[in-house]
Amino acid sequence: MILGDARAPKRSTEGRKRPLVAMDKVSKRFSSGTLALSDMSLVVESGEFVSLLGPSGCGKSTALRIIAGLGDASSGKIDWPSSRINAKGLPDGDISFVFQEPTLMPWQTVFGNVHLPLKLRGISKAAARPQIIDALATVGLADFADAYPRELSGGMKMRVSIARALVTKPKLLLMDEPFAALDEITRQKLNDDVLRLWKETGITVIFVTHSVFESAYLSNRIVVMKARPGRVHADFPLRTSLERDAHYRTSEDYRQACEKVSTMLLEAIGSGEH
Amino acid sequence: MRMQCTAPDSAPVVSSSLRKGNRDLLLRILVPFLVLATLVLAWHIGVTVSGVPPYILPSPLAVATALFTDWHTLAPALWVTTKITLLSLLLALIGGVGFAIFLVQSRWVEIAFYPIAVILQVTPIVAISPLILIYAPSTQVALLICAFLVAFFPILSNMVQGLKSVDHNLLNLFDLYGASRWQTLLYLKLPASLPYFMTGLRIGGGLALIAAVVAEFAAGSAGAGSGLAFRLLEAQYRMNIPRLFAALILLSLLGVMIFALTSFISWLSLHRWHESSLKREN
Repeated sequence: MILGDARAPKRSTEGRKRPLVAMDKVSKRFSSGTLALSDMSLVVESGEFVSLLGPSGCGKSTALRIIAGLGDASSGKIDWPSSRINAKGLPDGDISFVFQEPTLMPWQTVFGNVHLPLKLRGISKAAARPQIIDALATVGLADFADAYPRELSGGMKMRVSIARALVTKPKLLLMDEPFAALDEITRQKLNDDVLRLWKETGITVIFVTHSVFESAYLSNRIVVMKARPGRVHADFPLRTSLERDAHYRTSEDYRQACEKVSTMLLEAIGSGEH
Repeated sequence: MRMQCTAPDSAPVVSSSLRKGNRDLLLRILVPFLVLATLVLAWHIGVTVSGVPPYILPSPLAVATALFTDWHTLAPALWVTTKITLLSLLLALIGGVGFAIFLVQSRWVEIAFYPIAVILQVTPIVAISPLILIYAPSTQVALLICAFLVAFFPILSNMVQGLKSVDHNLLNLFDLYGASRWQTLLYLKLPASLPYFMTGLRIGGGLALIAAVVAEFAAGSAGAGSGLAFRLLEAQYRMNIPRLFAALILLSLLGVMIFALTSFISWLSLHRWHESSLKREN
């Protein structure tokens, strides 16, 4: 794995890593007056794979955007304790975001799209080439560097989007329902790919989804949210001794995990209905 | 570890349809040409058979002759009109894009200044031209200003639309990576509005020529430094209808050239990526 060595997690002197994200009673009210997020507290440690799961309108995407530093919290505090904070009060280059749509620039080739985050830092095409090719190889698209987005399938576009997110070697990868628009087969394959990335690079992932099965398959921690106003309903780890692969999908562990997550989600939906 | 991917399926389609594409292209050129030739022939036969006098409707042959013999008067006029049209289009491009970028900087800037652009656009150019003629140092400059005002607006309004239609997620992405305003403009907003710009360019190119002619009519300019519009009027006064037709044909050709040029520029910049330039295959 190309990315693994570059960002091997360094232990701090206390033997414990500082958390990547610390949200303290964060609320967000939109200009329309809607309270999208209410008193959300969340601490994400390095190396976790956290799923934010909930019905639509539960503020999971809003929470993710606040974690990314896109849009301020209306009240409460958010901090990125292990990141260098830049002049705007945001973490500098440690966070990458994968949107629900691939969000590629159609006028740029795959190479140009993956180059973007580095270009914005002033790194030239030539200087960035090895990193870009690495990131593309990680998602299996090294041969498609010169293709334009329109020439790619939906799944391939999503991989380009992931490669672009990885090219800066971020500590934290935020994914906002990245595979919701893809077909089931592509989605499972990309799920496996993200898991593999997570295992091999030690990257921390926060993954927004509305799929019980996706969250139970991917994450080692699940935050169930409920709507009106958006808030945290439950926050629990998911442990398994099994390797998360095709076999895991049919295992008793996975079934139990799905059941647990499903129950929590039903609770969240039920109690939000009043 | 690699993920597997399937190749995009467009490659084989392209190679197998190459021959068919060539024939298609030949027909695309040949068919309109034949229709045009038939019309000219019908014109010629009609004139010959009906015996219409050439000062009412000259035959195409007479027009061609006039084009040839009067070339020394028509060519400088064509050059003047071409110069005014292209120069005004160039100024409109610079002005339109520049003003559009200025307008989208803030909502208040747009609220404050957009109405002025609209007023300039909706006032008929013929109505302002007398005023412009008074203020401008020379007729040429006046014509240039008129043509500029007409070509400016479609470029401006398309460009404003384009700059405001940028994918919000891409804007978020640029924010996330700490892009400066300048970088966002250069790498995102300008390329994203390229299709809109090209629409403005094509409309503006056509309008610039119209405005250059109309403004010259309005200005009533005369003499050696004048454009094709003056030569048109002059030929009318002298009942030199073949020359009038010749000047008309030159104007059409100039319009076609501008259209072809702007379409080609548009194709050149968009054909690799934009939907409008792609052939649909079902």
